[in-house]
Amino acid sequence: MTTTEKIVSTMISAKPPRKSFFSRFLHWEWFLVVLIVLVVAINSRLSTHFLDVRNLFTASSDFMEMGLMMLPMVFIIITGNVDLAVASTLGMTASFMGLLFNQGINIWLAAGLALVLGLAAGFVNGYLISRLKVPALVITLGTYAFYRGMAYVMLGDQAARGYPSSFTYIGQGKIPGTLVPFSVVLFLVLAVAFGLVLHKTAFGRYLYAIGNNQDAVVYSGISVARIKVIIFLVSGLMSALAGLVLAARFGSTRPDIGSGLELAVITATVLGGVDINGGRGSMIGAVLALILVGLMRFGMGLLNIQGQVQSIAIGILLILSILLPNLPQIIREGRTRWTPRTALVVLLGLLLAIAFGWFFFWSRAVVFSIS
Amino acid sequence: MTTMKHAVSKPNSIQALLRFREVALLIFIIMLCLVISLESPTFLTFNNFSDILLDISVLAMVALAQAMIITTRGIDLSVASMLGLTAMMTSFTIRAYPHTPVGLIVLLGMALGFILGSLNGLLITKGKVPPIIATLGTLSIYRGLIFLYSNGNWINAFELPAAFKQLAKGTSLVLPNLVWVAIFVAVIVYLFLNYTQAGRDIYALGTNPEAAKISGIRTEWVIMMVYMISGGICGLAGVMWASRFEAAQTNTALGFELQTVAASVIGGVSMLGGIGTVPGVLLGALLLGIIQNGLTLSSISPFWQGAVQGFLILLAVVSDSSLQQRVRQTFTRRIPQ
Repeated sequence: MTTTEKIVSTMISAKPPRKSFFSRFLHWEWFLVVLIVLVVAINSRLSTHFLDVRNLFTASSDFMEMGLMMLPMVFIIITGNVDLAVASTLGMTASFMGLLFNQGINIWLAAGLALVLGLAAGFVNGYLISRLKVPALVITLGTYAFYRGMAYVMLGDQAARGYPSSFTYIGQGKIPGTLVPFSVVLFLVLAVAFGLVLHKTAFGRYLYAIGNNQDAVVYSGISVARIKVIIFLVSGLMSALAGLVLAARFGSTRPDIGSGLELAVITATVLGGVDINGGRGSMIGAVLALILVGLMRFGMGLLNIQGQVQSIAIGILLILSILLPNLPQIIREGRTRWTPRTALVVLLGLLLAIAFGWFFFWSRAVVFSIS
Repeated sequence: MTTMKHAVSKPNSIQALLRFREVALLIFIIMLCLVISLESPTFLTFNNFSDILLDISVLAMVALAQAMIITTRGIDLSVASMLGLTAMMTSFTIRAYPHTPVGLIVLLGMALGFILGSLNGLLITKGKVPPIIATLGTLSIYRGLIFLYSNGNWINAFELPAAFKQLAKGTSLVLPNLVWVAIFVAVIVYLFLNYTQAGRDIYALGTNPEAAKISGIRTEWVIMMVYMISGGICGLAGVMWASRFEAAQTNTALGFELQTVAASVIGGVSMLGGIGTVPGVLLGALLLGIIQNGLTLSSISPFWQGAVQGFLILLAVVSDSSLQQRVRQTFTRRIPQ
C-alpha cells in the first residue's frame, strides 16, 4: 500500500508551478503578438516593399518546411524530449525520393515511399528512446548523423532534378485565383489539426502530463512508451512531408538538403513559449513564434542583412525569451547577495566584455585598413 | 529533459563498469584497425597513425571540454561557433601584425574564448537559462559575429606568416605539434578532474546537484567554471584550427558541436550527468577518427562515412544503455527493501 500512497503524494505535489506576478499578467502569446506588431511597424517604416502582399506570401513559403517540422516538435518538447534528427530525416527521405525518381519511378509513388521511410525513421527514434530509456537527445543525435549519412549514401554527389510541375506545385504553387501559396495552406490546416489534438484531446493532455511528471503517468496505467513512439512516428512523417515540400520548392534534391534546420526548428519552438524541460507550451505560441522569426528574417533580408548576421538577432531573441521571464527572480536574488566580492566580479566581467568589444572592432578595422 | 533516478550503487562498482566500457571500446577499436588493415596495407603505418592523431586532436580537445560540461548535466552547443570566432579573430590579428609572437596569439585566442565561454556560464548560472537554450542562442550569435567581424571575407594561407602555420603542423619529437598540444590538454584535464577539489566537484554536481549544494559545493561557480574552461579550450582549438588548415573562414567548424557530443557519448559520458572519463572521451574521438581515415583508405565509397559514423554512435549508445540498465537492475536488487 505504501506504493499507492507514494503515487498519490507525487500526484498531489505535482501542482503547476506558482505563477509569478509577471507571468500572471504577461501571457507569452500576447507578448509575441506585441513583438510581431512591433516588427511589422519597424520594418514597414524601413522598407516600402515590406507590406507588399505578394512579397509577404512568397516569403512565407520559405518557412513552411520549418513549420511542418515544428508542429510535432511542440509535442515532443512538451513531453520533455527533443528530436535532433528532424532535418536529417528530411534529408534522407527527400534523397530517397530523388533516388527513386532518378531511376524512373513515378514521382508520386516515390513521394509516398519517402513518407513511409519517414515513418520508419521516426519509429526507430521512438522505439529506441522508449525501449532503452535513454534521453532523446542522445538517440536522435545518433540518428541525426546516421540519417544524414544515408542521404549521402543514396545520392552521393548526384542531385535529383527535373520534377514534373504537378509535383513542384506543392512547394511553389499558389492556390488558383489567389496569392496564397499551397504550402502555407497545408501548414495552416495541419497546425489547426495539431493544435486541436494538443489542446482538446486526452492524448494532448497525456503529453503535458508526461512532461510534468512521467512517473505519475506511468503509474496511472498509461503507456508512456506507446505515446513516445507515436509522437516520434508523427515527427518522422512530418519531416518527410517537409522534405517533399522543400524538394518541390527547390525543384531539385541534394543530399545536404535542409541541413542545420533542426536547431532553427527547436529555436522557433522554444521562442513560442514551449518549456524545454517539458510540461508547458501551446501550439498558438509556437505558430506565432514562427511568424515572428519569418517576419524578422524577411525584413532584415529586405535591408540586405546577410542570413548569418540575421541569426544574431534570432539568437538574442531566443535567450531573451527565457531570460526576461526570469528577471524578477534574478533581481530578487541579486538584492540579497550583494557583497563587495560580487561587485568586484561584476566589475571584472564588465571590463572583460568591454575589452572584447574593443578588440573586436579594433582588430578588424586594422585589417580592413590594410587591404 | 526527463530526469531519471540514478541507481544506488557502490562507487567502486561504477568504476568497474567504466573501466569495462573503456576496455570494450579499446578492443573494438583494435578489431576495427585489424579489419581496415586487411583492406588497405597503408593503414597500419606510423605516418598514417600520425595523420589520424593530427586529424582528431582538435576534436579530442573540444570533446574533453564538452564531456566536462555534460558531466554537470549541461551541454555546450556553441563550441563550434566559439572555435570559429576565435579562429577568425586571431587570424585577423596575425594578418595585421605578422610579427606577433605565436605564443601571444595562442594566449589571445584562449582569452577571447574564455570571455565567450563566460557569457555562456553567466546566462546559465545567473540568468537561469537552461544550458541547451543558452548555448543554442550563443551558437547563432557567435556564428553571426564571425560574419559581422569579417564581412564575409576569408583569411587565406598566403596571408598567414610561416611561423603561425608551423604552430600546428611542425613536428617535434616525431609527432606534430598539434598532437602534443592535445596530449598536454588531455593530461591537464585528467589531473584536474581526478586530483583537484574543483574537478571532483564536477562529478559530485553531476551525480546529484541537490546533495552537492547541501554539502557546501558552490554549484553555480562549478557550472560557471566548466563553461569558462570550455571557452578557453575552444579558443586554443580555434588558433590550432586556423594554423592547421592555414585558413579562417566564416563556416569554420560548422556543425562541429554535435561531433564533440558524439565523441563524448561514444566515450561513455552519460547525458544524465556524473559519469565520464578522460580516456573514454579520447577513445571516442579516436574511434571517430579511425572510421573516417579507414573509410578514406578503403575502397568503400566516401559517401558511406556519415552513415557508418552515425550507425556506430547508435551502436555505442544502445550497447552502453543496455549494459547500464543491467547493472542498475543488478545493484538495485541487492538493496534490501
